[in-house]
Amino acid sequence: MAEEREPPPLPGVPEPQDAEDLFVSAASAMEDAERSLSPEDISSSSNGPKAEPMLLDHDPDDLFAEATEEVSLDSPERQMILSDGPSPAITPVTINPRADVFDRSPDQDEDEEENRDTFDIQISVSDPEKVGDGMNAYMAYKVTTKTSLSIFSRDEVCVKRRFSDFLGLHSKLASKYMHIGYIVPPAPEKSIVGQRLGRRSSAVTELDPDAKACLCCRYLLRTVKQPALLKDPDVLQFLESSELPRAVSTQALSGAGILRMVNKAADAVNKMTIKMNESDAWFEEKQQQFENLDVQLRKLHASVESLVFHRKELSVNTASFAKSAAMLGNSEDHTALSRALSQLAEVEEKIDQLHQDQACADFYLISELLGDYVRLITAVKGVFDQRMKTWAKCQDAQVMLQRKREAEAKLQHANKPDKLQQAKDEIREWEGKVQQGERDFEQISKNIRREVGRFEKDRVKDFRVVIIKYLESLVHTQQQLIKYWEAFLPEAKAIA
Amino acid sequence: MMQEGLDDGPDFLSEEDRGVSFFFPFLISVLSLSSYCVLCMCVSTLPNFKQNEFSVVRQHEEFIWLHDSFVENEEYAGYIIPPAPPKPDFDASREKLQKLGEGEGSMTKEEFTKMKQELEAEYLAIFKKTVAMHEVFLCRVAAHPVLRKDLNFHVFLEYNQDLSVRGKNKKEKLEDFFKNVVKSADGVLVAGVKDVDDFFEHEKTFLLEYHNRVKDASAKSDRMIRSHKSAADDINRIASTLYTLGTQDSTDLCKFFLKVSELFEKTRKIEARVAADEDLKLADLLKYYLRESQAAKDLLYRRGRALVDYENANKALDKARAKNKDVLQAETTQQVCCQKFEKISESAKQELIDFKTRRVAAFRKNLVELAELELKHAKGNLQLLHSCLGVLKGDT
Repeated sequence: MAEEREPPPLPGVPEPQDAEDLFVSAASAMEDAERSLSPEDISSSSNGPKAEPMLLDHDPDDLFAEATEEVSLDSPERQMILSDGPSPAITPVTINPRADVFDRSPDQDEDEEENRDTFDIQISVSDPEKVGDGMNAYMAYKVTTKTSLSIFSRDEVCVKRRFSDFLGLHSKLASKYMHIGYIVPPAPEKSIVGQRLGRRSSAVTELDPDAKACLCCRYLLRTVKQPALLKDPDVLQFLESSELPRAVSTQALSGAGILRMVNKAADAVNKMTIKMNESDAWFEEKQQQFENLDVQLRKLHASVESLVFHRKELSVNTASFAKSAAMLGNSEDHTALSRALSQLAEVEEKIDQLHQDQACADFYLISELLGDYVRLITAVKGVFDQRMKTWAKCQDAQVMLQRKREAEAKLQHANKPDKLQQAKDEIREWEGKVQQGERDFEQISKNIRREVGRFEKDRVKDFRVVIIKYLESLVHTQQQLIKYWEAFLPEAKAIA
Repeated sequence: MMQEGLDDGPDFLSEEDRGVSFFFPFLISVLSLSSYCVLCMCVSTLPNFKQNEFSVVRQHEEFIWLHDSFVENEEYAGYIIPPAPPKPDFDASREKLQKLGEGEGSMTKEEFTKMKQELEAEYLAIFKKTVAMHEVFLCRVAAHPVLRKDLNFHVFLEYNQDLSVRGKNKKEKLEDFFKNVVKSADGVLVAGVKDVDDFFEHEKTFLLEYHNRVKDASAKSDRMIRSHKSAADDINRIASTLYTLGTQDSTDLCKFFLKVSELFEKTRKIEARVAADEDLKLADLLKYYLRESQAAKDLLYRRGRALVDYENANKALDKARAKNKDVLQAETTQQVCCQKFEKISESAKQELIDFKTRRVAAFRKNLVELAELELKHAKGNLQLLHSCLGVLKGDT
């Protein structure tokens, strides 16, 4: 199925050979997806395709139960179907051998990208509610997907997901796509680490459910914006199926969690030891740019968080001042002044509400966007690291090949014919690996270039939209301020 | 009050012809001096002064000396003594400047110069405010029909050498402290005495409550304005970071960031101005009336004290008449107390009525100005935002 990325195709999985016509109705596609992800198969620890063949007995309603073909969701024709828009086209599809899947030509991708403008999917995450109690209590979120894309079985789907489900989805996608150069949106975080008031220590604060819901929603939207991820069966299952097996490996203390930490540490060490000969100036330039961007975005994020904090503080202080002014107005025995002071108190109260709303806008618009991008850039840097790893693998393969060749030369001198054959076999094997490594490296470089281009485009769009929205919120605040003070002025003048 | 460079000084007096005007044209300030000097220039049309125009240099301690001389003068017991100007407090500013100097290495040159300029502006603002406070004190004295004739006041204004007033040494400060303790205990006793006169009884309750509430409002307004300033500082930092982002960015966003950075620079200045104006028109007003209401309370205390003395003298006289011993002395004492009390009561009544008039006028003026300034700034802000939005939306 679609998640398989490593050639050569492993034995045991039936290859789609038949050119038999299949009615590509959305329902069947969905059922294929469902079938392929039977519960036992969902293990995030295994990277590759499943060992056992597809079991097609699950769905008695499936008219195509006899069909043993797996429909590759990545087939070029399907791409065109997707980009066509509303009506699911019923076109005969020729199934391509799976090897093609990996070598999707970039031209087609560009076509698809242009058609992104007719992208029609809306996701909302809402209604956080507490489920269960005691130690096992958790928050469940309602994920609503409205779409007219054909790969979805229904126009509108509503499912309940919990936070660890999101994390599970992310870890699955990361394991499938990161190492070939796709920028996988980073997982939503349970808590935020923020710096308050310039204190050197960072405070870890647990996000409140609404903020978390927003975070998860943005995460899902970013995920489906990526053409490859949208068609991923894991994503589809996440959005559509009502029951999702618990992703236990996302828990920090599980075995998989510890494995992750060990891997992270190993990666960090490797990064320091790999010194790559960067032949491509583009990559060097981009990496530097992302470093700078990272630093500045983090700084900006910290400043905006500080602003949010101070605005909230201002709102609280204004409210308490309003109360105090009201009391003062009460005790003032000159009637006109007393009334004016009470009016002042009212104005200040309204202003405090304004400040609070503005602080919310600051937070939800700018601060969250910046937080997302800080995390996204970490993902981008991760992808660059993957490229380095691939290069390193390629280099290692070359070194091995060299060694094998030397060994063969030595054997030739020593004249041991039986070992010579083995050596020759090994050389062939390693030559193949070197070639594959070089192909991998090229592919990942190509992917990264495309991904970075897409990322930059999205970044420009995101920032533009958010900043304009934010400025409009500021405009609104000032307009309200003007209204309030204009109402107060005659009162002040009326003091006789 | 006309001042060059002090247009935003506080003005807690209603406009009436005082016959004396003050100029504070030169601000002498050196950060390293522990105290500071103020050049007072005075123009007077009153007959008692030897010249029409003269200027002297006075220190803060000398203002305090003048104030204390009024307080200690029994003749002025029946007047609200204008509150002494607050001690100049540049510690916060000095600290910030020091911290800035220490952190010089960690920020870019532009940031450093920007922050230094801001701190200097802040320091100047505090300085101007302190000078204005001193000016208000002198103007109040000059406006008072009786106090303006005080000899010490004339000496203060005219004697162009050092008054040799030294600050109180430790012993005197300790004495002051004990005096205050005794006074407040006494004040409680005196306040407990119910006044026959309705007017004074009402004033007593009113002033007590008013004073406490003004204190509260003053503290809260200070906090509010501090938060406002912090928010403005944050916007400043955001503006600089956006500027850096704009210069670094390779996409279309660079123009965007630069424009928004420019906008935030300007709005930040406006926000800082709003906070400063609120400080001047609201916080300072409340602080001043905190001190004035305390001075009014002090007046009531003195009157109450005089009343108690008078009643005690009456009791003593009765006792003396009963025992027929030292009657004449008791009678004289009683006469003196009676006169004192009545004198105080009469002037106190007028003073308290004037206080109310002054207060109402000052609040009106400041509240109107506050509202007008807030409107002006909000409109300015709005215009900046609109023009920036126009440019940004036009780009897309």
